[in-house]
Amino acid sequence: MSALVEALLGLGPQMAEHVLLCAAAVALGIAVALPLAVWASRSPPVARVTLGFASLVQTIPALALLALFFPILLAARALFGEGLPTLGFLPAWLALALYALLPILRNAVIALTNLDAELIEAADGLGMTSWQKLRLVEAPLAAPYVMAGIRTASVWTIGAATLATTIGQRSLGDPIFAGLQTQNWVLVLAGCIASAALALVADGLLGLVERGFAMRRPRLVIAGALLALAGIAGAAVSLLEWRDDARETVVIGAKSFSEQYILARTIGQVLAQAGFAVEYREGLGSAVVHNAVASNAIDVLVDYTGTLWTNQLERTDNPGRAAMYEQIVRWEADTTGVRVLGRLGFENAYGLAVTQETAHQYGLATIADLARVAPQLTIGGDPEWFERPEWVAVRDAYGLRFAAQRTYAPTFMYNALRSGEADVISAYTSDGRIAAENLVVLEDPHEALPSYDAIVLVSPRMAGNAQLVAALQPLLGAVDVETMRQANYAVDRDEDKRSPEQAAEWLLSAIPR
Amino acid sequence: MNGAPPAFLCFDRLSKSYDSVIAVREVSLAIAAGEFVALVGASGSGKSTLLKCINRLVEPTSGRVLLDGQDVLAGPPARLRRRIGYVFQGVGLFPHMSVGENVALTPRLEGEVLAAARIADLLELVELDPAMADRLPTELSGGQRQRVGVARALAGDSHLLLMDEPFGALDPITRGQLGERVRRLHDQLELTTLMVTHDMAEALLLATRVLVMDAGCIVADETPQALLAGAGGEVAQALIEVPREQARRLAGISE
Repeated sequence: MSALVEALLGLGPQMAEHVLLCAAAVALGIAVALPLAVWASRSPPVARVTLGFASLVQTIPALALLALFFPILLAARALFGEGLPTLGFLPAWLALALYALLPILRNAVIALTNLDAELIEAADGLGMTSWQKLRLVEAPLAAPYVMAGIRTASVWTIGAATLATTIGQRSLGDPIFAGLQTQNWVLVLAGCIASAALALVADGLLGLVERGFAMRRPRLVIAGALLALAGIAGAAVSLLEWRDDARETVVIGAKSFSEQYILARTIGQVLAQAGFAVEYREGLGSAVVHNAVASNAIDVLVDYTGTLWTNQLERTDNPGRAAMYEQIVRWEADTTGVRVLGRLGFENAYGLAVTQETAHQYGLATIADLARVAPQLTIGGDPEWFERPEWVAVRDAYGLRFAAQRTYAPTFMYNALRSGEADVISAYTSDGRIAAENLVVLEDPHEALPSYDAIVLVSPRMAGNAQLVAALQPLLGAVDVETMRQANYAVDRDEDKRSPEQAAEWLLSAIPR
Repeated sequence: MNGAPPAFLCFDRLSKSYDSVIAVREVSLAIAAGEFVALVGASGSGKSTLLKCINRLVEPTSGRVLLDGQDVLAGPPARLRRRIGYVFQGVGLFPHMSVGENVALTPRLEGEVLAAARIADLLELVELDPAMADRLPTELSGGQRQRVGVARALAGDSHLLLMDEPFGALDPITRGQLGERVRRLHDQLELTTLMVTHDMAEALLLATRVLVMDAGCIVADETPQALLAGAGGEVAQALIEVPREQARRLAGISE
C-alpha cells in the first residue's frame, strides 16, 4: 500500500503535464468545434460534412491517431521549417484536439438545430439579426448541451492522453506503460488511479458549469469554471518551478520493454552525476523512436544494430557483426546527423538456447554442433519465430532439420524447455530468464543470425557535447550480456521485483567503470 | 388606390408558392391606418402566409407589400421587424429571460434600455401586475404568457400589430378577455392591427373589417355588420353559419 502511495506522490510532473495537455487539447477542440457548429446549424450540407469527418476521426484508434501526427508534422516541416517539433507536445495536442472535436461538435449542432421552433420564430419576429439571435437566444439555450459535450470530450481526452507517452509527451501514461512492460502493477495502478481521479474531478467541475447553465445560476457556472482554471493554472505553475533549472537538460528516450527502461535509467544516473538535468521519455513506440532522436525530440537512446539495419537502412542482407555496425555509424553520420557513440557490449539478438544438461549430453557449444543432433531433437519457438527471416537464415546456413517443431507463448517456452517438451528454444539473448534458468545460448560461428548490438545514439543537438560524450564513455563496452540478463531478470521476475531505477543502480555497481 | 388617404399597408399582386403549392395567389389589397382587420379562413387557406409576408418571415414569390408607401423588401428584415409588433400562437417567450427582460427585448435590439417604469406600464396595459417583471416565463399561466407576448410586441412603439392566431391556445374565458383587451389597446394606442384567426365569431366581435380567404385568394372583404347581414358570398357565409348554429342550439337547450 505504501508503495502505491509513494508511486502516486511521484506523479506530480506527469499529472501537471497531463492536465495542461488535456486543457490545451479541449480548448483547441472548443475553438474549432463551436464556430463549425454554428455554421453547421445554418447549413445542413456543412453539418453532414463536419459531423461525418469528426465521426471518421473517432473511428481511428487514439494510439494510431497520435502516431499518425508524426509523419504529418514531418511533412509539414516543408512548410514551417525544420524547427517544427514532430514529437512531444505538438502532435499530442493536435491529435487529442481532433479527438475532442466530435462530442463538442455533435452536441452543439444537435442543440442548435433542435431549439424550440417557436423561440426561433419569436427571435426573428422581434427583429433580431443573425448575430443577436446567436448571442441572445441560441447560445444561452444551447449552453447546457454544449457544456455536456465539452464534459464528455474532457473525460475522453484525459483517458486518451495517457497514450501521449508513446509519442514522447510526458503524461500519466508514463507509469502505466512502464508498469505494463516491467510487470510492475503498482505503477500501472498508480497511473490508472491518477488519470481516473483527474477525469472524475474534471467531470465534476464541468458538470457544475453545465448545471449552472441548465438551472440559469451564473454563480455555479463561475464557481465550476474558476475551480477548473485554478487547477490548470496550478499545473502550469508547478511546471514552471520544475523547469526553473539552469543546468542543461538531456532527454533520454526508451522503447517499451524492461531492458530499455533499465538502460535509460542507467544513462540518466550517469548523466545526473555528471551535472546534467535529466528527463525521460519512456515507452516510446518503436516506429517513432529513431525519428525522435534524429529530430532532437530526445537526446540519448539505446538502439540495436539489427533493428536499425532493417528499419532505417532498409537492408535485408547480413554483412556480419562488425561490418553492420560500421555501416550504421557511417549512415547515421551522413543522413541523420545522429552520432553513434559506441556499443554497450552486449547483444539482444535472436538465439537458440538449450539447458545445461542438453548441452552436456550432446556436447553442444555452437549451432553447428546442434545441426549434427537436430534430427533427434524438438525445437520450440514463439508463434512469430518460425515466420521470421532469422529462422530461415539460421536453418538454411546450418542445414537444421529437427524431429519436431512446436510453438509456445513466450512465457511457456521456458517451461517447455524445463519439462523436456522442447530441447531447443528460440530466445532473446539478453533475456533475464536465460540467466535465471542457467541456459546455454549456442554460438553462431557462421553469423547466420543478424547481430543486435546494443548501441548508444546521441541526437544531432547533443552530438558535439564533449561533456556528455565523456560522461557516457565509461559505459561503452562495459555491459556484458550476463550483467544485462541479471538486471533484466531483477525487473521481470515475479518475486522480489526491482524497479528499473534500482536495477540501473545495481547495473552501475556491477560493471567496471 | 381606393380613396383620398394613402393606404398605410398595401398588397400589390402578392403571390407566394412553395414548390408546386400556391399559398397566396395575386392578392391586391389596401388597409388604412387604424383598421382592425381579421383574416379568416380554413387551415391552409393562406392567411398566415399573407400575414408573414408583411414582416418578411415569409418572402413573397412575386408582388410587393408596401408599408407607409415603402416596399418592405427595401431594407434589412431585422430593421423592418422591429417596427412591427408580432404576436403568435406559440408566444415564444425566452425561458432564460425574466418577464421584464422579454418585454424590453425589442428596444434592446436597437441598443436602448427600456426603463423599469415603462416595463411596468406595458405590463399594466395588458392587465398584469408589474411585480411580475422579475418572474421567469415558466412561472406564468398560458394566458399570462400571451399577455406578456402582447406587451413585448407593443414595446417597440410600433403602430402596426400583426397577430397570428394569438389566442388559439387559450381557454375560452381567457381568450375572450384578452381579445377584448387587445381591441381596447388598438383603439387607445391608435394601432393598425391584422389578426389571423380561424374563429369567425372572434373576428366578427373584434374586427372592423373581415377578410375571408380561400385557396390563396381573398373571397370576401366586408365589415362584420355586412357579413352578418348576409354579404360576402358562399365561403364567408359558411364560416358564419358555424357560430350561428351554435347559438341556435344553445338557445334550444335553454328553452
